[in-house]
Amino acid sequence: MSEKEKEPLFSKKNKKLITDPLSENNPVTVQVLGICSTLAITVSIEQAVVMSLSVLVVVALGNVVVSALRNLIPDRIRIIVQLVAAASLVIIVNEVLKAFMPDMAEKLSVFVGLIITNCILMGRYEAFAMANKPWPSFLDGIGNSLGYGWILIVVSFFRELFGAGKLAGFEIFGNSIDKTGLYAYGYMNNNFIILAPFALFCVAIVIWIQRSVNKNLIEH
Amino acid sequence: MKYDKNSNSYTFIFAIILVIVVGAALAAVAVGLKPIQDANGVIKKKMDILGALSIESTRKNANEQYDKYIVEEECIVLDANGSPIAGSDAFNVDIQKEFRDKTLPAEKRQYPLYVADIDGEKRFVLPLVGKGLWGPIWGYIAIKSDMTSIFGAKFDHKGETPGLGAEIKQAFFYDQFASEAISENGVYKQIKIVKDGSGTQPFKVDGITGGTITSKGVEEMLDRTLKVYVTYFETLKKQQ
Repeated sequence: MSEKEKEPLFSKKNKKLITDPLSENNPVTVQVLGICSTLAITVSIEQAVVMSLSVLVVVALGNVVVSALRNLIPDRIRIIVQLVAAASLVIIVNEVLKAFMPDMAEKLSVFVGLIITNCILMGRYEAFAMANKPWPSFLDGIGNSLGYGWILIVVSFFRELFGAGKLAGFEIFGNSIDKTGLYAYGYMNNNFIILAPFALFCVAIVIWIQRSVNKNLIEH
Repeated sequence: MKYDKNSNSYTFIFAIILVIVVGAALAAVAVGLKPIQDANGVIKKKMDILGALSIESTRKNANEQYDKYIVEEECIVLDANGSPIAGSDAFNVDIQKEFRDKTLPAEKRQYPLYVADIDGEKRFVLPLVGKGLWGPIWGYIAIKSDMTSIFGAKFDHKGETPGLGAEIKQAFFYDQFASEAISENGVYKQIKIVKDGSGTQPFKVDGITGGTITSKGVEEMLDRTLKVYVTYFETLKKQQ
């Protein structure tokens, strides 16, 4: 490596790789990728966190693997190679969850397996990792999965709080079956919020807020 | 050595090496984690058996609770005619595997029976397995000490439609089975899963709207399995 190419690990450019996907180039709200799992698993914060971590592992490590091999991968089969990287990491994550968090694995059911089809993954592998060195690719993977993760956590916060009256499993409004706390005064959980369509509204509201704050994102 | 990245031979060699490396890595992970996953499966099974008996358990205390309530020595395995098979290990009979096995005739299937002792009262738990709309469904039924009525039930499924067939997992459905009789005057009688809302009548249980095939699957699995156990219970009653 020549002197000219050397740059600090967290140079301005590298920091931007992490911060950009959090807001201006968010994979969920701006690129509208990974919506399927955003709708499906955001009923509780716990699920959202585990899902985000799984995606983080798959995107960050996958980016590193693809980036390290980028000069070796034959062009004609590059998409398949990327898919193999994604699929094997997803299987490993799934097996680890099954072994160490069996209840969570059961709740997330097919959605961990479906990370393979999450467009964020292939998008990052093909658009970024194939053209960049491993370290920036790793940061890019972290940035994008955090961008995905915070949307998931925000959506699940509202869905769990108003749909089930809980946060991360703790009863916030009291117990809905024993009618304690707020429930004693006739408060009821909104069952609609548990259903997937509400997640769509929730994501839409986040997009709305984001675009009113950052006018650059509005398309004409 | 300079090689042409886009030649056919390079592409083939790259693909072959990739597949071997990835295959070996995945196999290693799967084999390495198998014992832990199997242990989780055993605990889940114990929790399900305890669940049918309305005993709350967590992954942490399932083993302990199971040992406390289930009388291991009295658990037996029945054959398709309802007679006990000597020297068999009830807990490790995999009825799902036997059910899937097309080469195994139905009359060769085994029927495990778990016996629980809850504060001096005997209860029996029997496992069920059947077919839903999309895949396997299974459950556990606990029978009261009179051996003629159900104490509690629990069902689960692999991939029934959420909101429809998947509702068999919910308490509102399986709670209907409590106190339902399985035989009348010593003769087996089928519990029907009905659509017309007459589920409160004896030998009838309300099905799930929009989950007809799953409900029918539950009915079929109950019918096929309970028959065998009722034969055994009746012989047991006569001996007493």
